[in-house]
Amino acid sequence: MPDIYLWIVLAPLIGSIIAGLFGNVIGRAGAHWVTIIGVGISFLLSLLVFKHHVLDGAATYNASVYTWLATEGIKFEIGFMIDNLTAMMMVVVTFVSWMVHIYTVGYMHDDPGYQRFFSYIALFTFSMLMLVMANNFLQLFFGWEAVGLVSYLLIGFWFKKSTATFANLKAFLINRVGDFGFILGIAAVLMYFGSLDYMTVFNNVDRVSGQEIEIFDGVPWSVMTFISIGLFIGAMGKSAQVPLHVWLPDSMEGPTPISALIHAATMVTAGIFMVARMSPLFELSETALLFVMFIGATTALTMGFLGLVQNDIKRVVAYSTLSQLGYMTAALGASAYAAGIFHLMTHAFFKALLFLGAGSVIIAMHHEQDMRKMGGLRKYMPITWLTSLIGSLALIGTPFFSGFYSKDSIIEAVAHSGLDSWVQPYAHYALLTGVFFTALYSFRMYFMVFHGKERMDEHTREHLRETPWVVTVPLIALAIPSVIIGAIFVKDMVFGNFFKGAIYVAPAHEVLGHLPKQDWFSMVTHAVPFSMPFILALAGVVVAWFLYMQRTDIPAKLETKFKWLHTLLIEKYYMDHLYIKLIAPFGRWLGDKLWQWGDVKIIDGTIVNGSARTVGYISSKLRNIQTGFLYTYAFTMIIGLVILIAVFVYGWDKIISTLG
Amino acid sequence: MITLTQVLILAAIMFSISVAGIFLNRKNLIILLMSIELMLLSVNINFIAFSYYMDDLAGQIFVFFILTVAAAEAAIGLAILVVLFRNKRTINVDDLNEMKG
Repeated sequence: MPDIYLWIVLAPLIGSIIAGLFGNVIGRAGAHWVTIIGVGISFLLSLLVFKHHVLDGAATYNASVYTWLATEGIKFEIGFMIDNLTAMMMVVVTFVSWMVHIYTVGYMHDDPGYQRFFSYIALFTFSMLMLVMANNFLQLFFGWEAVGLVSYLLIGFWFKKSTATFANLKAFLINRVGDFGFILGIAAVLMYFGSLDYMTVFNNVDRVSGQEIEIFDGVPWSVMTFISIGLFIGAMGKSAQVPLHVWLPDSMEGPTPISALIHAATMVTAGIFMVARMSPLFELSETALLFVMFIGATTALTMGFLGLVQNDIKRVVAYSTLSQLGYMTAALGASAYAAGIFHLMTHAFFKALLFLGAGSVIIAMHHEQDMRKMGGLRKYMPITWLTSLIGSLALIGTPFFSGFYSKDSIIEAVAHSGLDSWVQPYAHYALLTGVFFTALYSFRMYFMVFHGKERMDEHTREHLRETPWVVTVPLIALAIPSVIIGAIFVKDMVFGNFFKGAIYVAPAHEVLGHLPKQDWFSMVTHAVPFSMPFILALAGVVVAWFLYMQRTDIPAKLETKFKWLHTLLIEKYYMDHLYIKLIAPFGRWLGDKLWQWGDVKIIDGTIVNGSARTVGYISSKLRNIQTGFLYTYAFTMIIGLVILIAVFVYGWDKIISTLG
Repeated sequence: MITLTQVLILAAIMFSISVAGIFLNRKNLIILLMSIELMLLSVNINFIAFSYYMDDLAGQIFVFFILTVAAAEAAIGLAILVVLFRNKRTINVDDLNEMKG
């Protein structure tokens, strides 16, 4: 098996290198073949690994393949830890990535950066696999930063567009803020555990859990809380949680396949995965769990509101991604890691589907993204319509669709969470409210795009047709798991022992285990027709239908009536203003001052040039001794001679006593 | 009878005159050379005086060496002076400060 693990990682990397460095040699077709084959190999081998670990129940594989460097007692290694959690992530990542590769052939058809694009997405697959398969914090950090880098490159893929370069810089900088916390957490792990290896750390948590750390004098913190919150701040950056979420909507400046792959299905879920992987650490800190739950619930609720007022089709999907990430995070906070990861998996499929569906619409509309100029696309694009409908139904949690099982388990888990704090009811109601708004904005988008009046111009309407098979095949391939994957895995993953050994839940926090054990069918029969989430989702759909199909004049009236609210939402709670007008200028001001004072004045001025100037000054004084006149030299010599003779004859003591 | 002390005083006076000549002379390089000669001569007088009063010929023989070297030195000094004059058209000491730092 170790060889297989290695090849899973290396196949996309090799594809990426060939497509990236020899793109001109192998041509456009060569570039997509080599990367599609590379990721395809990865996917098939991942399936094999999945079978080996999940179906055949092989023991967890945990070994290092390469020692990068070793210092006193600490080894920096590259290694793999493969258990059910990893195997599942590998299949999801490689499958979605593979579909996106195929889809890209159609989407980027006439783009001049074709080879570059394939090189980047294959590199992304490599980085993401490194992240999920890591058996130590260092490799996790490597993968973490590598996916961040690829995300940066791909958001700014159309680097001639100034909004794209702004967006990629924004994404990168905001992620730096999160990574600051992340690396502090890793450093604290290294400091208290003396090792970066997962297993060593997890096996020693009992030794560290009672210890305290004083960041500020006189304010002792539990070490576990510090580590957990530090790591979670990293997850907040990568998984776009409030208040570090502002980069994700802007990342829609990148090509749509990227929005699907990186900014919806895989990379942004890295934070969720990481927290689940670190469950033995998080479980020891109730403070951290409450913090996680609070942030998650807030994200789920507030970001859902923003989806209501967006008119760009991709941005609506982006805000729904943010909101769904909030659900996953809230599940993590409730110690329902399995439910969070389960939602991660179902979400990866249906959100990638929604994005690719949106991309398909965008292709057909000649790169028009404004929903106000769409409408009635159903009859022109039947496959896109049907798959998008499936994606939307899965997203809002309709029974029988995969999103239903995961979202319901999350809401149930948060409702029954044993955490005793005001955060728990808050999170519960926030998530419930979120269900209504998810349905509302999802179906607002659905109705505006696929139904109603055709609002596009004549020219576009004439050219409207279904997109080519490279686009529709991935849509269909993603639509199938969007429907069935939830039903297949809900019993094992949420209520069963799927993650046994991979995820640890403290007995006091155990929540999923106390829920009545259900399979997919009993979940549906419990939910229909009287469960709260179901009613709210249905209400959302009905309201969307009423507002955007029946009485299309009402939204505009509401807009004028609640002007301040609308502005607040359009301006995204003024978070961007806060960052761009306040925090960024403050950072620049601070940097400016540090540069002017610290660098120019102190380092350059005083230390470097100052010492040179001191030498120059002393020399210029000493130079006056060298008159160039012979008699001064002679005089100096004579004086010196007299002094020497005096010393020789009388000795120092006598001379000094005479003079003194 | 001339005593050793008187001779040494003479030599000291001559030496002092030559030092003063080096310091005070700001005009003429030749005077500088002459002062140096005078300095050497005052030393010679010391040698001879001691040689005489101590009945030791070594001192007087030493004087011959010094005179020889002094002659050679004067020749070289004057030769340098000539070359210097050709280049600078001056032997004014105050103008010769090219070694100034």
